[in-house]
Amino acid sequence: MSGLAWFTQLLEVLAAISLAPLFLGWVNQCRAWLQNRRAPSLLLPYRGIRKLFHKDAVLAEGASPLFRAAPYVVFGAMVAAAAIIPSMGTGLPFTTAADAIALVGLFATARVFMSLAAMDIGTAFGTLGARREMMVGFLAEPALLIVIFVASLLSATTALPLIAERLATQAPALYPSLAFTAVAFTMVLLAENARIPVDNPATHLELTMIHEAMLLEYSARHLALMEWAAALKLFNYACIGFALFVPWGASTGEPDPAALLLSMPVLVGKLAVAGVWLALLETVSAKLRVFRAPEFLATAFMFAVLGLLVHLLLGA
Amino acid sequence: MNFTSLDLQLLNTCAALLLLVSFAMLSQRRIVSLVNLLALQGTLLCAATLLLAWRTGQHHLYLSAALTLALKVVGLPWLLHRLIRRLEVYWDTEPLINMPGAMLVGLVTVVFAFGLAQPIAELASTATRNAIGIAVAVILLAFITMITRRKAMSQVVGFLSMENGLFFGAMSATYGMPMVVELGVALDVLVAVLVLGIFFFQIREQFDSLDLHHLESLREDQ
Repeated sequence: MSGLAWFTQLLEVLAAISLAPLFLGWVNQCRAWLQNRRAPSLLLPYRGIRKLFHKDAVLAEGASPLFRAAPYVVFGAMVAAAAIIPSMGTGLPFTTAADAIALVGLFATARVFMSLAAMDIGTAFGTLGARREMMVGFLAEPALLIVIFVASLLSATTALPLIAERLATQAPALYPSLAFTAVAFTMVLLAENARIPVDNPATHLELTMIHEAMLLEYSARHLALMEWAAALKLFNYACIGFALFVPWGASTGEPDPAALLLSMPVLVGKLAVAGVWLALLETVSAKLRVFRAPEFLATAFMFAVLGLLVHLLLGA
Repeated sequence: MNFTSLDLQLLNTCAALLLLVSFAMLSQRRIVSLVNLLALQGTLLCAATLLLAWRTGQHHLYLSAALTLALKVVGLPWLLHRLIRRLEVYWDTEPLINMPGAMLVGLVTVVFAFGLAQPIAELASTATRNAIGIAVAVILLAFITMITRRKAMSQVVGFLSMENGLFFGAMSATYGMPMVVELGVALDVLVAVLVLGIFFFQIREQFDSLDLHHLESLREDQ
């Protein structure tokens, strides 16, 4: 592995960590514009994180070490996930270490720790949030896996950077299977990142919240890490979407400084469009009742499996 | 038949979308949307027929595309919408099994249909033979749509969707049926919907509802 490949790797991880709150801020800003509100500052998530880091942490009585360790595990899992997602270049040294299935496993690890930590304190809300999160997770995960399988079948590999590379370099063609899985992926993204049809990140309304309910007991640096990890998760999901469905623009093949330089504005452009798209989706859809969430995710699963079947039958 | 890859891709996309619409019909609760989905299915079928006619140069396919457009996109949906208005049945159609359950059953059915169509597809010599599996799946999904509904109206929509699947199957296996058969089937379907429309009024007059489980009891006093 050349030095440039390692540089790409490092750059991608650092970009993910530093740009994730900005992406979250951009989505929130677009959402505010679409809802005729005055938009909060683009840098608000950064300020929130900085403020939280300056505060003293308060731990609930009876909190076990797991509760304190969970934010670091969750944040670490998200950073590790960012290392195997090809956001700018596909020649990543970590490609051989973990493939797309391991990536789903990393997300699952984060989810398990978050839910355990939420139940650790023993408050009603934490348990409620954890159970709902597990319900959403166990329905969303198979759909995500099948989305990845379809792309793997099309490119004959399960390593995400190689999938992106092969999809980007082959002759352009119409893939109904990829179109179906793109719909499924968008639905999984909304559900997994606690966005509007399934969860509303902007409220703390006890009857509907999922993600926020799990974070109620956290404060200061723990909360900052958890929120940063949530932003990072959204960023990671967006980058997985780019790698699977719009892989063009990332530098492929042998590491090349010019291509890498070009891929940076392309990534920022894709993120900007994805932010608008997410905000639009969230604005036009209504929050579902919790008991309707399985239907939403069953639809996502249906789309993913349909994509798989269409690929197997039609070879497209 | 000289198919460029783009034509095949477009045809495959039409086939995939047909399958998707069948799933949408399976999960749709409202009768008005169900009829709209039927019209959409007809439109996709018409597009696929036109594409096939253009590529294979079989002129009778243009005629059947026109027939599809007139009957399945405009005629029957209009008729059904008028019936819905006249019968005032805008209500939800209450499927017998819940939506995720129906989805799973549907997916298993599609796998079954693909397996079923495999030997047939090997016999066919058309470029579109892979789509036979999709046609069989559309037919079976329409069956499930009919089985899981209680109301007469949605069963008729399921029946028409099944006819769409048969038509698509004939098209992808042999580039369409002979014109006489096609005209006969089209006329049959039209008459069937007209007759069923009269049945709807009779059923409602008798039972004050279009729920077909009333027809299952033998005695009148229930």
